[in-house]
Amino acid sequence: MTTGTVQFLNHEGELTSHPDYEAEISPDGLRKLYHDMAWSRRMDAEAVTLQRQGELGLWPSLLGQEAAQIGASHALGAADYVFPSYRDHGIALCRGVDPLDLLRMFRGVTNGGWDPAEKNFHLYTLVIGSQVLHATGYAMGLAKDGAQGAVLTCFGDGATSQGDVSEAFNFAAVYHAPVVFFCQNNQWAISEANERQTRVPLHQRADGFGFPGVRVDGNDVLACLAVTRWALERARSGEGPTLIEAFTYRMGAHTTSDDPLRYRDGEEVAYWNLRDPLARLRTLLEARGWADGAYFDTVAAQCEESALDLRGRLRATPDPDPGDIFAHVHADGHALVDEERARFAAYQATFADAAGRGE
Amino acid sequence: MTVQKLPMVKAINESLRHALAADPKVLVMGEDVGRLGGVFRVTDGLQKEFGDERVLDTPLAESGIVGTAIGLALRGYRPVVEIQFDGFVFPAYDQIVTQLAKMRARSLGKVRLPVVIRIPYGGGIGAVEHHSESPEALFAHVAGLKVVTPSNARDAYWMMRQAVGGDDPVIFFEPKRRYWDKDEVDPGATPLPLHRAVVARPGEDLTLAAYGPMVKVCLDAARAAAEEGRSLEVLDLRSLSPLDFDTVQTSVEKTRRLVTVHEAPVFFGAGAEIAARVTERSFYHLEAPVLRVGGYHSPYPPSRLEETYLPDLDRVLDAVDRALAY
Repeated sequence: MTTGTVQFLNHEGELTSHPDYEAEISPDGLRKLYHDMAWSRRMDAEAVTLQRQGELGLWPSLLGQEAAQIGASHALGAADYVFPSYRDHGIALCRGVDPLDLLRMFRGVTNGGWDPAEKNFHLYTLVIGSQVLHATGYAMGLAKDGAQGAVLTCFGDGATSQGDVSEAFNFAAVYHAPVVFFCQNNQWAISEANERQTRVPLHQRADGFGFPGVRVDGNDVLACLAVTRWALERARSGEGPTLIEAFTYRMGAHTTSDDPLRYRDGEEVAYWNLRDPLARLRTLLEARGWADGAYFDTVAAQCEESALDLRGRLRATPDPDPGDIFAHVHADGHALVDEERARFAAYQATFADAAGRGE
Repeated sequence: MTVQKLPMVKAINESLRHALAADPKVLVMGEDVGRLGGVFRVTDGLQKEFGDERVLDTPLAESGIVGTAIGLALRGYRPVVEIQFDGFVFPAYDQIVTQLAKMRARSLGKVRLPVVIRIPYGGGIGAVEHHSESPEALFAHVAGLKVVTPSNARDAYWMMRQAVGGDDPVIFFEPKRRYWDKDEVDPGATPLPLHRAVVARPGEDLTLAAYGPMVKVCLDAARAAAEEGRSLEVLDLRSLSPLDFDTVQTSVEKTRRLVTVHEAPVFFGAGAEIAARVTERSFYHLEAPVLRVGGYHSPYPPSRLEETYLPDLDRVLDAVDRALAY
């Protein structure tokens, strides 16, 4: 097992290799990675702006974590299933989730927003670490079914303090579940730094549960892709779970409600700014002649157009029907929910009657 | 299986056996449910018959049991999980309340979570702490869950079959001090709907509304009261969410008096909800305030005091006297 941090593309845009992992990728593939990272960043920026303008109640920004998310996403196969945290917008986009569906949740139109089975991408969960158990159970089911896919589940460094995450590690190990635990260690759990979450490097947690743990440079999209691909292949071939710690940095606030200036200094941010995941891939693409200025301008223009389209669609999104409060609570019905629904409808109708009389 | 007189543990065991045999997606999960057959032997022999891929001994981790059951349900399985004792459900309470109860609504009905959580509950068996509690109101209060509790072996058999057959999460409270009481179970019978309350004993002067372990106490009280010429009607609610208020209302409007009885603390308990609803629905039919009999607002006591803590025949009859005095 490797103990260092796996890296293929350093922060100066230079390619290296690694004895244990394979990151072979074509120029086309690299350009696709760049495009997806750029779109994630642009979509995320649009969401932050929309929150500032009062169109969203809250937004957890992914800024800085594009390489981790896009790298992991590109390792996924169609049959694989993802259980995300609430910051995994880049993975959502790669799975084909309409970004409007992500925004609708943070606008307060819905508490979910998409059909998980349609995209093999489960709903966001705001309770920290809960989804890691769901992922493990789902993976146990995949194994029982003899199905092809594996499960990828994402969580942050803060989530590793939750009992559910440790329980999930143990269940996955005991049942040999085909699940990849993808921890995006972005250094901060709101205002609490790593040293308030753990006394050991997070990837080492895996040792105690009996499966491999690997730390990757989370701002290196190739390292994230290569190691996730390897871990998913292990899972699919019956070798059990893996923990990947993508060592990265959350450049922005925890959410739009947070003020990181209160708890971290500018030097730290500047350090990580030099390690920007998009900049280093752009440097590589330009240095090798695999993309020129025109290409990057085109990507930027496409992202701009998509962001404006998203903005327009979000603003046109109607509020839900008040009766939706009672919808979907139970599959087989519930007499008391029905009773309250009927009473609510009758109450609402009194307003309609009053309006009618006024005309 | 033919018509048999079975204790409740065996009735639930037969019900789970039926469920496992009828649907390959049904799983039984929990601590010690496999080789040991559960600490109460409710799952006795199931792993031997269906294998450890269907009947899973799990790590000792309640949140993990429920959380992975949710994942399995999302994959199309129908897990029936056991929480070994009532007081140990709380490590799983987060998963039950924040995830299991809400995920269907959050998905706008796109996902189904047919998960049954079995919880042996209540006192009266001389157990140590955390082994005798009645947390049902905590679950009935949560939208998205269904909460049921049989009082006898026959209902236990059928209600388990119905709970496993439904597509909603069900918290299935098993009254552990009735585990060894026998009743006739006929697998060929037509069962009542899962959420229907029943009149366990008809009467004219006052209604006793109870569920789970307290139904027997109330039936005993009604028999004792009959010797004094009082006719008490006993309701077995069977389901707390949804709760069959029509049956309660019909009974109360006939007898005009109601006493609710449960082991759980009275304060903010199921009896309070029933009393409030009855006041809303049947105010002008009542001859007396609805009285509540139940546990005290204290932690469940050490077992040498549980006979004092638990409502018994005398406490029920005392409330009956007070209600009839109006």
